[in-house]
Amino acid sequence: MSSYSITEPSRRQKWIAAILVVTYAVITMLPLLWIISTGFKSSSDAIAYPPKVAFQPSLEGYVNLFTTQTLQTPEQAEAPPPDTWYGKLVHEKGLAIVGPSRFGERFTNSVIIGFGSTFLSVFLGTLAAYAFSRYRVPLKDDLLFFILSTRMMPPIAVAIPIFLMFRSLGLSDTHLGMILLYTAVNLSLSVWLLKGFMDEIPREYEEAALIDGYTRFQAFTKVVLPQAATGIAATAIFCLIFAWNEYAFAVLLTSGAAQTAPPFIPTIIGVAGQDWPAVAAGATLFLMPVMVFTILLRKHLLRGITFGAVRK
Amino acid sequence: MSEAAMERAARATPAGVARKIKGLSDRAIAWIFIAPTVFLLLAVNIFPLIWTIQLSFTNYRANRPNAEVKWIGTRNYERILTDGDIWLTMQATAHFLFWTLLLQVLIGFALAWLINRKFKGNDLWTTIIVLPMMLSPAVVGNFWTFLYQPQIGLFNYAVAFFTGADVTSFSMIGDKALAPWAIIIVDTWMWTPFVMLICLAGLRSIPDSIYEAAECDRASKWRQFWTITVPMVLPFLMLAVLFRGIENFKMFDLVVQLTGGGPGNTTTLTSIDLKREAFEKWRTGYSSAYAIILFVTVFGLASIYVKALNKVKER
Repeated sequence: MSSYSITEPSRRQKWIAAILVVTYAVITMLPLLWIISTGFKSSSDAIAYPPKVAFQPSLEGYVNLFTTQTLQTPEQAEAPPPDTWYGKLVHEKGLAIVGPSRFGERFTNSVIIGFGSTFLSVFLGTLAAYAFSRYRVPLKDDLLFFILSTRMMPPIAVAIPIFLMFRSLGLSDTHLGMILLYTAVNLSLSVWLLKGFMDEIPREYEEAALIDGYTRFQAFTKVVLPQAATGIAATAIFCLIFAWNEYAFAVLLTSGAAQTAPPFIPTIIGVAGQDWPAVAAGATLFLMPVMVFTILLRKHLLRGITFGAVRK
Repeated sequence: MSEAAMERAARATPAGVARKIKGLSDRAIAWIFIAPTVFLLLAVNIFPLIWTIQLSFTNYRANRPNAEVKWIGTRNYERILTDGDIWLTMQATAHFLFWTLLLQVLIGFALAWLINRKFKGNDLWTTIIVLPMMLSPAVVGNFWTFLYQPQIGLFNYAVAFFTGADVTSFSMIGDKALAPWAIIIVDTWMWTPFVMLICLAGLRSIPDSIYEAAECDRASKWRQFWTITVPMVLPFLMLAVLFRGIENFKMFDLVVQLTGGGPGNTTTLTSIDLKREAFEKWRTGYSSAYAIILFVTVFGLASIYVKALNKVKER
């Protein structure tokens, strides 16, 4: 069956399938390409009719994203434009920069909370997953189901008591509060995924290490952890993406100091109403890392999105 | 394991810690490893759940922490279950669930089937198709309001281009009849790849030998599809529906950013309604009861579904 197999689709079938799939992929990418291109449009190009595909690229959106502006005073209008390229860009439109915008802070919050909660949930998840994978734990199946079931609760339903709890503990709008919350939400994913990865590591490796005089703990750190490194990395990326994208808790429990980017980006407005190039610029910077991670993760994607239920 | 590796291992662990850990039984290690996870989940999930149950029997309002809290029995539950508006949000949720699941299953399965024709470069295109589902629903949903704008939006332009309708003649998120479809379209755009990936795994799990045997028996391609492909992919498909069903029942971020529940109450899904009751009207006791009802519903539906899923798998 080297050249012909009855289960192998014919050439014509392959062509038709390829054309349909590529058409779908192009359509599905359009909104994303539109976000990226709108970020480089001037405000008039962004709202032009018919929608502009070819346009003079402009960094206006990115400048607006990172700065706060007001209308120029008569003195500022008379004065020569500032030396910086972004100062000139703003000056031409009859505006003046008053300071940086909040975007930088919100983005930093996303990074701190994202990485903090990822580290914690992967750390705790690795320990729990190892125990579930290797030891006889009483009520194992019930505990695992309990861990998974915490993910089924609608976030808004849990948010009511968490809001009250955070208020009385002084955790409202703090990095620590959000890190702990996202860690708890991500634990179900990290325990289930990591248990799957660890189940795949043959026990013989550890047994050999134990015979060689390693303690249980050494066998875990020196033998199992290095073997599970890929799985741990994939799990970490999934946790990071979840924390990065999360919106419901962020919008209810943070308002300033610890607010992340998702609730902030939709509120970006310019001097004259909704500033779509700036929103698109913010969205581009925010979505790009996830796109890159998705491409890196493509081999483990299926596992991650099904909590390890489906493996390839 | 070599001597050198052992020595390295011994040096890496401080003597005190090593001695302590050496003394631990397997059982102790297991509990030390599991306890922090269980503790955190109890603190952040179970404790709040119990608190919600308790609040649901009171008239507590979180914006008046000093007011007297009265125990009012099951009155909150009675009010919710007899409230016509809540049935309307349930209907909106059911409409959203039904159509998103149907569209995503049909398109997702079709795409998976096409990708499984194994044409050149199918991996690359799969990765591209998958991108939308990994992105932040709030940020993407917010941008879709721009695409949906009647005058300047790409969506209206594309529809007008292909149908010849006037671009300003309809507004996807301003029109009461169209808004429910506006959220269905975006959700389908985002999550079809999820169903597709799971179906693809199902299709790839079917061994070629089954088709070869069917071919020997002269079964038509059509028959092979219905008697081999569909039944073997079904458990995977049901798993995808389970995940999507639970997620879409909880749906909040995407729809809040897209329509905010409007116009009128046409896209007020249960989570959005609950958020209004709890964090805008501050009826904490009432919304706690609401939350419990939702939670029981998800849990009930999910467990019935899991039973069905297991039956299909046994077959």
